[in-house]
Order: sequence, then structure tokens, then C-alpha cells
Amino acid sequence: MTDLAWIDTALTSARPQAIGALLRYFRDLDIAEEAFQDACLRALKSWPQNGPPRDPAAWLIMVGRNAAIDGVRRRSRQEALPDEDQISDLEDVEAPLAERLDGSHYRDDVLRLMFICCHPQVPATQQIALALRIVSGLSVKQIARAFLVGEAAMEQRITRAKARIARAEVPFEAPGPVERAERLAAVAAMIYLVFNEGYSATGDAAVVRARLCDEAIRLARLLLRLFPAEPEIMGLLALLLLQHSRAAARLDAEGAIVLLDDQDRSRWDRAMIGEGLALIDKAMRHRRPGAYQVQAAIAALHARAARPEDTDWRGIDRLYAALERLQPSPVVTLNRAVAVSKASGPAEALEMIEPLAAPLAGYFHFHGVRGALLMQLGRHEEARVAFGEAIARAHTAAEAAHIRMHLDRLAREAAVSAAE
Amino acid sequence: MLYALLCYNDEDMVFSWTREEDDAVMARLEAVHGRWHEQGKLGPALRLMPTTAATTVRKDSDPPIVLDGPFAETKEQLLGFYIVDCGSLEEALGMARELAAANPGGAYEIRPLRLFRPGADVSTREVAVSP
Repeated sequence: MTDLAWIDTALTSARPQAIGALLRYFRDLDIAEEAFQDACLRALKSWPQNGPPRDPAAWLIMVGRNAAIDGVRRRSRQEALPDEDQISDLEDVEAPLAERLDGSHYRDDVLRLMFICCHPQVPATQQIALALRIVSGLSVKQIARAFLVGEAAMEQRITRAKARIARAEVPFEAPGPVERAERLAAVAAMIYLVFNEGYSATGDAAVVRARLCDEAIRLARLLLRLFPAEPEIMGLLALLLLQHSRAAARLDAEGAIVLLDDQDRSRWDRAMIGEGLALIDKAMRHRRPGAYQVQAAIAALHARAARPEDTDWRGIDRLYAALERLQPSPVVTLNRAVAVSKASGPAEALEMIEPLAAPLAGYFHFHGVRGALLMQLGRHEEARVAFGEAIARAHTAAEAAHIRMHLDRLAREAAVSAAE
Repeated sequence: MLYALLCYNDEDMVFSWTREEDDAVMARLEAVHGRWHEQGKLGPALRLMPTTAATTVRKDSDPPIVLDGPFAETKEQLLGFYIVDCGSLEEALGMARELAAANPGGAYEIRPLRLFRPGADVSTREVAVSP
């Protein structure tokens, strides 16, 4: 690796910790970011000559803090920059700071930095953009590309979100256990949003947006390293890894979604699956189930099946039942019904989804699943109607094509029985 | 004499590599491994999952305490390791407890493997104490 590439990676991995600590000192996001930026520029000058510091994050915090304080002084007194020598000689200054950083400060600094991006008054898409900009350090251009919007629009979106946060009360004291748990849950949800933003992409966008999935996994790993005994964070990371393990198989050459049953399972990433399974094992020991853990366990049952027909549908049904209790929602029940149809047959599944007709009236998948169940039961006319409802609500060409395939089959069977 | 070469690096960086970057590093390593393998010099080689997948059994208390995460103390040193085949983390923890009962003090970090290459049979080579 070249010097620059090494430094770039080191700066990226030190970023959340360094900006988190600078935010605690200055209590202002813009000053913290600017201080970090300054420190990075100095690192690019100093590190190739002096070699990497023992603790890059501690170096960046110290240099960033000095630079920001100098900046304030300079603005008030119009003085020149201090000598570079003064800054690069950090051997002794670094040690006590590095020790302090090992403790809970560091953990809460990074959590706070992630948490301010999840402010409830900031809309979800802005939360994601903000986290990618501030925590991950992606450029506005990179984020704009991932969201398929113009750079100026993205710049504005991030500025607006920052202004909202600046007006809001950011708690700087160390959080209590309840607050910490709440922050963790909010941050986990934000990371999952980042992941889904990448995961839901299809077509040409899928390639550029896959970066978001990688970034979400990196953030989840960071969070778990800070909170190693939190089963839901283990569950979150496991869920992301297990879903992302199918990345190479879940889109065809045109970028259209390939359904789970039709995916080439030899293209699933075994290393990610292995890590996901190991994390679920770890999480289960705590006997504190949560929505991420259960969803990860469902993904794990799919990952463990070498062929679609090997899938443990009864196990998946039980897990969806658990998810219904933890996080009741008609969509969860609909997913459970799919597992029930595989495990116990279409009649039971159809009965299960009938009460969802009102809440899911506008939902493509509800009509698609209902049509498929009716078709399996031989109620072809009703199936045709349900598929018609589904097609009208399809969001993508792939969704519509999938339903059309069912309709064609119904038409063929009708033609055959008419001929007999 | 048999030697163990232990690999250290910044996992945040290594696990941030893209698939292509990872493949490129592995391809370069495989060229080296291949040469050693032909010479009959390469025994088992393995790559571990990140420390977030680790669990640690501290065996300086009775019963031993199980902690999430890697072994993080600096006052003990790495003195050896086992590769075991387990159906679950619970089974691996059970095996670590058995070892702990036989040899208290210190800790076992239990880390799943990401990659395992058995390599050539080097078991007949000279070691300081052979079984």
C-alpha cells in the first residue's frame, strides 16, 4: 500500500472517534469537523516523514484541538500559524490522552456523534446523508451519487440537517444506562436505514449504492466493538451480513431482483454467512431476544439451506411469530403467512392474511402473495383479480414481470381446460 | 523446527477492504503459499473472523467468566492455540471450560475461523517436545 492510501485508511478509521472527541471539547459540529479536517491536512504532511503515530486517533484529536484553539486565537488577534515543529512533536502529549480514550469517554463520544445524526426532527433520508458525511466521512459528491441526486441538492440537504441539529439540544454529559440504551436503539435503526438505502437499489444504481451496504456494515461493526455485550447490536450486524451475503446472487445481469428461490446459492458469500451465524450464536447466549436478532435468525435459516426446498419453513414460521410479538405489523404477519404456506399449505396462510386486506390494501406484496395462495388453491378467477390488484401497485418492472408470469400461467391453464 | 507466524493488522482497515482489494491481497499471498506448499514447508494456515465475533473465557476465577469480545488484557501473552470443530459456540465454550478445569489461570479467546487451509503434513518435523 502506498503512503497516501495507508494514511487515507487510517484517517477514515480514526474519524468517528476523533470527531466525537472534538465535538465533546467544542460542543459545535462545524468547529469539530473543521478541526478534524485541519488535523488531517497536517497528518498528510507529517506522517509520511515521521511515520505513523502510535495512536492515530489521539494524534488527530490533539492536533485538531490545538488547531481549532489557534484558529479562534488567530481570528481574534490575526496572528500567524504556529511552527509545524511544535505540532509534530507529540510523543509525550499523546500518551496520557490515549489512555483516557480507552475508557468510556471514547465509547460515548462515538455514540453521541452517531446519535446526533438520528435527531427525531431530521427526516430519515437526511439522517442517513448526515451520518455518511459526518461519521463515515464520505464526500458530498459520493453521497449525492449514492442517492442519485445532484451535488448541490445534497449539499443543501446536509446543510439543512446540520442547521436543525445546531438548533437542537445536544446532551453532552455522559448518558445514563437508560439514555444510552435509547441512543443505541436510535443509532442501530439509522444504520439499518443506511443499509436498506443500498440494499433496495436495483438496476444501474445498485452498483453505486452497494457502497452504502458496506458502510452500514462498517458502522455496525464499530458500534459492536464499542458495545461488545449488546445482543441486539450483534443481531443487527448479523442481519446486515446475512442479507448482504446474497448481493452477488440477488440481481440479474440487468440489475433486476432475483427471488430467493431462484438465486444461485453458490454465489452467496460464505465468509459473511459464517460471520453472521457466529454473531447470532453469541447473541443467543444472552437470552434477550430483539427484532434484529430474530430477523437475523430468519436470514440464517435461509442461509443454511443449500437448496430452496431444504429451507426450515417451520422454524421461519416460529421466528416470524416471535417477531410479531416483538414488533407487531401487518407486513410481518404477511411474511409469516408465506412461511406458513410452505410449512402447512396455502389454506391456513390465506386465512392468516385475510384480516390484512384493509391495512395492506395498497401494498403490492399483499396482493401478490394473496394471488399466489389463491392460485395454489385452484381458485383461479379470484387469483386473477388479486394479481391484477398487485400489478397496479408494482413499483418496479421486475415486480410487474413476476406477476405477469403468474397471469400468463393462469391464462395457459384456462386455455387448456377450455380445450378439454 | 516448526514455527508459527502470527498475523497482526488493523482489523478496521482489513475488514473495510472491498471484495476486489481483499481478493488482490489473497492472490498475492496465495502465490507465496503455493511456493511454500510445494516445498512441503507450509502447515495449516488460517484467517480469523474479526474480534467482534469473539467470545472470551476468563479462567482466573472459578467458575470461569464468559465475556463478549476479544481477549483485551496486556499482562498475559499468547502461548498457544487449538483448532476445534464445534456445532455451536456453546460447545466451544464447553471445551474451553474443560481446558480451564485442567489448567486454571489466564484466558481463552474463542474466535471463529473465516478460512482454513490444512496445508502439507508437517507433523513429522522436529519440535522441541513432540508427543
